[in-house]
Amino acid sequence: MSSPIVKLVAQRIALGILLLLAVSVLIFAGTQILPGDVAQAILGQSATPESLANLREQLGLNQPAYIRYFHWLGGVLTGDLGTAMSSGQDIATSIKERLWNTLFLAFWAAIVAIPLAITLGLIAVRYRDGWVDKLISGVALASTSFPEFFIGYLLVFYFAVQHQWFPAISTVYDGMSFGERLQAIALPAAALTLVVLAHMMRMTRAAILNVMQSAYVETAELKGLSASAVIRKHAFPNAIAPIINVVMLNLAYLVVGVVVVEVIFVYPGMGQYLVDHVTKRDVPVVQAVGLIFAAVYITLNIVADIAAIVANPRLRHPK
Amino acid sequence: MTNELDYLSRRVAAGKLSRRDFLGRAAALGVAAPFANSLLASAARAAGPVKGGILKAGLVGGESTNSLDPALFMTQVPFAFGKMWGELIVELSPDGKLENRIAEEIGSSDDAKVWTLKIRDGIEFHNGKTVTAEDVAATLERHSDEKSKSGALGYMKGIDTIKVNGKEVVLTLKEPNADLPYLLSDYHLIVQPNGGKDKADAGIGAGPYKVKVNQPGVRHGGERFANYWQGDKMGHADQIEIIVINDATARTAALQGGQVNMINRVEPKVVDLIKRVPGVTIRNHSGPGHYVFIMHCNTAPFDNNDLRMALKLAIDREEMLKKVLRGYGSLGNDFPINASYPLFTEIEQRKYDPDKAKFHYKKSGHDGTVLLRTSDVAFPGAVDASQLFQQSAAKAGIKIELKREPGDGYWNEVWNKQPFCASYWGGRSTQDQMYSTAYLSTADWNDTRFKRPDFDKMVLAARAELDEAKRKQMYHEMAVMVRDEGGLILPMFNQFIDATGPKVAGWVEDPHQELCNGYALAKCWLEA
Repeated sequence: MSSPIVKLVAQRIALGILLLLAVSVLIFAGTQILPGDVAQAILGQSATPESLANLREQLGLNQPAYIRYFHWLGGVLTGDLGTAMSSGQDIATSIKERLWNTLFLAFWAAIVAIPLAITLGLIAVRYRDGWVDKLISGVALASTSFPEFFIGYLLVFYFAVQHQWFPAISTVYDGMSFGERLQAIALPAAALTLVVLAHMMRMTRAAILNVMQSAYVETAELKGLSASAVIRKHAFPNAIAPIINVVMLNLAYLVVGVVVVEVIFVYPGMGQYLVDHVTKRDVPVVQAVGLIFAAVYITLNIVADIAAIVANPRLRHPK
Repeated sequence: MTNELDYLSRRVAAGKLSRRDFLGRAAALGVAAPFANSLLASAARAAGPVKGGILKAGLVGGESTNSLDPALFMTQVPFAFGKMWGELIVELSPDGKLENRIAEEIGSSDDAKVWTLKIRDGIEFHNGKTVTAEDVAATLERHSDEKSKSGALGYMKGIDTIKVNGKEVVLTLKEPNADLPYLLSDYHLIVQPNGGKDKADAGIGAGPYKVKVNQPGVRHGGERFANYWQGDKMGHADQIEIIVINDATARTAALQGGQVNMINRVEPKVVDLIKRVPGVTIRNHSGPGHYVFIMHCNTAPFDNNDLRMALKLAIDREEMLKKVLRGYGSLGNDFPINASYPLFTEIEQRKYDPDKAKFHYKKSGHDGTVLLRTSDVAFPGAVDASQLFQQSAAKAGIKIELKREPGDGYWNEVWNKQPFCASYWGGRSTQDQMYSTAYLSTADWNDTRFKRPDFDKMVLAARAELDEAKRKQMYHEMAVMVRDEGGLILPMFNQFIDATGPKVAGWVEDPHQELCNGYALAKCWLEA
């Protein structure tokens, strides 16, 4: 390991932080241009001009936007996300549990989905253009093409209603044992797995097939290695960068894109939390959740970049 | 035969005969299954509730923004959970009468202006303190304060002074109101220690269950309160749990899968499917809720009573009830009151009559189309209902143009602003409340702009009238006036449709709100 790689990695991280700052400005600006402000949302039909003015004063909505932005940013940097306007609860506390739930679900979905997708991709390459390849691609693409809610309902219908092997709703709470939690999230994790499977599998297949065209693979084949050994030893390590990229993208999706699955399975995660507060125009919560989603996305992308750098000798040893 | 059935049903209740065997033998005796089932239910009730176990409900209407402060209750989940941990001063009983709770006696002066609530002895809060007259007075004070943002503020403003006199709370009203006890049954008015002035969302009340878990938008749990003052009547299960399931399909699946024992808001279109699931019972009951099309009486072209009458006659109520509610409702008659209100009187049912509608339409002199705004959020099936209205009106030569509005903002931008739109009302507990909320000239929510000084006078006179027969007559006249001259087209009253899973017993039909007026978890039990 040499210093250029450290420099590259440091650059990526710095860029990521800069990007996150830019996103925070965007989020703040975005929530400012939403129609109606939070005072109006809280008071609803019973709003009178006086009560609106009072509440705006109380919530500090009368200050200029940039002052409120720096105030907010300062809070975020010190771990204080503020209090939810609609319920008066501390946002950081409520989010912690929700975020943990979302990560728990994403983690288990990933544990199943990533090895499965890569293995299926490798098998598809090994038997490329044969019926195994076509079957794998067909099933994976079909499961991705169906909307998430449809897959979710199908799973619920067979596994919860008809056979009652798993619960139809995935409410998790404190005091549940680890096993109970796993059983509760089995169906949403399965639904998520089916949704992200095809993308990763197809990318694995494509990336390896790409490498399979190279001269050194031909050499390996000529020196008599079996097809599996060629893929395992020569093709896969060289195709790892694009695979990591697509895996990270899907990981990010598992965290930030699960709103529909959370709603169907009544899973108390970030998505449901965000939806509830958007309808209430609860700006501080929407900002906080937006920022966390952005941070997850950017972090995973940095990890993907760094992994690609580390895995790629050409980037590791630039001329 | 009856004796034998009675004997058999008692054996089932005692657990000595299975339900299936009972139904088989009842059939052998020539008894139809529904009747046999009802026999069984009454035997189970006679055998007494089974104590213990966990009862779970999967309900729509909870958000992560919910609070335990009763003043802020709006949706179904806080409403139902509040009935578990809180106790009210007075409640409406399932037969429409008043049931005294924390108040042992409620009396009034002859002019219905001064009311005295005598507080019952020996009721205890979950924190061990005894419920006193001071607590009740403080609760009422807090809900009368603008700052509490209480959902009951509208009525509470009518109270002038609240005084404590030993074990009594004395309320002096600004205007006489014979319905005050009904107003006090509002679900927001949960009596809290010191009225909740110290900590409004502490979740400490005097109800049958103590708050154990409070995760807004996810799950609420309660544990039986050993010192509940009427533990023989309510609080049978050891623990209760409300799981928030806002998705209708997930709710149904959870009931079928056995994760919950009861759900609310079954969609009319799936009721017939769910009925067939073994063990599931549909619990539907009519209430005061209704679906409406509202016209502003002061805005052209709806300022013409002939046009309003034409539209009222041009709606096919029977068809709408059948197709939109699948029969789970009852016909509306263009005034907002039905048999679930005290002092209700029947008025001749208005029917679909294209010829008469044509006549009134011609007489109104209106030409061209009438713009009706509708949206999915106006009521379930509102868009379909609007289309049916459009077709039935077309047969009478009236052209209705539909405009579908987005759900977001419908209640701010369309309802109570545009002259003709679809909407719904949940109803109120008394006729006075309903008319005062939406038909007084001065009411904020007068969404038909029905501004008639003579009607206002009748509302105030009826409110102060203590003679029931006279009041009934007054309400009859008011209803006729709204029906024949108002801006309300009320094709149907909807029903509450709940469902329970296997072994749930003790369900009480209650016309006031869904889930036995919110008490289902406390009143029901699981059969052994």
